Amino acid sequence: MTPELLQQILFYLFGAIAIGSGMAVVSVRNTVYSALFLVLCFFNVAVLWLLIEAEFLAIILVLVYVGAVMVLFLFVIMMLDVKKVTKSQLKSGYTRAAILIAAAMLVELVMLFAYRLQNQLPADELIRQGLEYSNVAEIGMALFVDYVYPFEVAGVILLVAIVAAIMLTIRKRPENKQIDPSKQIHVNPSDRVRVVSMDAEKGNGEES
Amino acid sequence: MFGWSELIPALPELLVLAMACVVLVVGLYSSNRSGGGFIVFLSVLTMLFAIIITAKDHVATVEFSRQLLFNGTFIRDGFGDMLKVVVYILMIAVFFYAKQYLRTNHNVRGEYFALLLFATLGTMVMISGHSFISLYLGLELVALSSYALVAYSRTDIKGNEAAMKYFILGAMASGLFLYGVSLLYGATGSLQIDEISSAIARQDNDMMLVLGLIFIMVGIAFKLGAVPFHMWLPDVYQGAPAATTLFLSSAPKIAAFALAVRVLSQGMENIFDYWQPMVASLALMSIIVGNIFALQQDNLKRMFAYSTISHIGFMLLGLVGGADGVASAMFYMIVYLIMAVGGFGIIVLLSSKGIEAENISDFKGLNQRNSWYAFMMLLILFSMAGVPPLVGFFAKLYVLQAVIAAGYLWLAILAVIFAVIGAFYYLRVVKVMYFDESETDQAIDVSFDVKAVLSVNALAQLGLLVILPVLFQYCIYVTRTL
Repeated sequence: MTPELLQQILFYLFGAIAIGSGMAVVSVRNTVYSALFLVLCFFNVAVLWLLIEAEFLAIILVLVYVGAVMVLFLFVIMMLDVKKVTKSQLKSGYTRAAILIAAAMLVELVMLFAYRLQNQLPADELIRQGLEYSNVAEIGMALFVDYVYPFEVAGVILLVAIVAAIMLTIRKRPENKQIDPSKQIHVNPSDRVRVVSMDAEKGNGEES
Repeated sequence: MFGWSELIPALPELLVLAMACVVLVVGLYSSNRSGGGFIVFLSVLTMLFAIIITAKDHVATVEFSRQLLFNGTFIRDGFGDMLKVVVYILMIAVFFYAKQYLRTNHNVRGEYFALLLFATLGTMVMISGHSFISLYLGLELVALSSYALVAYSRTDIKGNEAAMKYFILGAMASGLFLYGVSLLYGATGSLQIDEISSAIARQDNDMMLVLGLIFIMVGIAFKLGAVPFHMWLPDVYQGAPAATTLFLSSAPKIAAFALAVRVLSQGMENIFDYWQPMVASLALMSIIVGNIFALQQDNLKRMFAYSTISHIGFMLLGLVGGADGVASAMFYMIVYLIMAVGGFGIIVLLSSKGIEAENISDFKGLNQRNSWYAFMMLLILFSMAGVPPLVGFFAKLYVLQAVIAAGYLWLAILAVIFAVIGAFYYLRVVKVMYFDESETDQAIDVSFDVKAVLSVNALAQLGLLVILPVLFQYCIYVTRTL
């Protein structure tokens, strides 16, 4: 088996799983399952990236998306107590309309690519780089030199997202039972407990 | 590699970014009682300095030589400079009105002004975006700040509903826009406007290009609020706090206009025949739907929303006119936004705590309560309707000239017919203000600076007449070098 053949087999295998799990994401009725299928999809795409020698991106995809983003997603889904979609909901008019539009888009895209492939052949073989070639350095150059301006703007977007999220959620409700530790520390026992000295009761209970 | 010299043309952006962060921090230490006077002062100062920096470099780069920076993702040219200065001026007015609104509602927080500044930065990024990456990032920066500004008053259910609608529809429009961009990238192999332009010139009609164009057009139409992608606009305008509505109708519209010009007139001028009919139908539908629906509104914010849609339609008509029409569209946009800011400004001024003067009945007998405000509103409404001596008329005139020159006489005639229909609802408000009995004689309590800003804003409808030909010639001048 030549390396090229092996590579093609791997490509089609992982590509097929990626597409299949991608479709499962939108068709499975349990939201937790669809999140897990998305994880599977990410893994397969990461393998595809490995095949085109983008090792760094592949690892980042697994670390960031699978390791962080999807775990967060799963947390949110489990906390929100999302109900399973019932069959009758799936048969609503919206679903039909969505399927119709999606089908139209699919036909359009297939026609488009068929048309393009007729006119010109797909791109040449991948350029294989030597061992000394560094993926990380290339990405670093692209991010911090070529695309430094969009990169900085993206940073500002994240800052705005943080500011907006805090602004919209931080609140002082009157019914809030939040505890202020510094106030707790400054409390004197004498403010809270009143010691009342009373004469001891006499008698054997019959008088009262 | 880039050197420090590359940062100089982007100095206005850096200034606004730095000041947005400063305002964010200062806002933490300013209490509700002080009314945020210092924050507003800082924000207005930022805009004034930005005007100076932009204008100074603008004069320095004589001949309007365009500068491509940051590996072609940023462009500095006369067109961008002019739009940016308009944004700064509009934002100064927005800051004053926002201060007034937040003070009446006892809800002054520094974040509001910081978010306004971030949104301003977003419009600037969009205006000088020369790559689809920077255009898209600018778009998101404006959108994200706007969502938060719409949801600003948390206890207001209507505002939250509006923010939710805006967020979901906006995210979808962004998605469609990005999808179009990816198709365009597939067809041309670049994200940079000038490279796309030359790639289009090389190849003959490519279906992938056209499909990408359609999706991008949807995104642009959504951001502008052109029919049939206008459904969010009336709901958001009505539900948002009046100060936010005021902002939404100012700088983001300029940004969307810049996006349309950069993408359509600058990047895709070679497939003008493809996008011209699309823009023409968007324009015509917007003019018809906007004017007809505005007739039925009793809510002034909603009425202004539909009137915005019709004005956007008019502006798009200018783009139909091709290269010469861009100047008229630009002029229309500038003039219209000055009116819109003034119109919403009056709503802000008449509002009292918790109650927005958003119904047309709230304007009953405004002339008895305060004849000066009534006169200001009269000027703005007449200008919006396009009554001859005011600038609104000339803006419409220039657009119609461009459309007729492009050979679309029937389009111009239809536009005029619907503009006349539209005049009715503006005049109805004027009638209510001057001939109806006032239901309340509550005094209008407005600080002096806001009153002055409003007066300048409304009197600009007359004042701009003096520099009208110069301004229009300048619009032509800067759009020639696109």
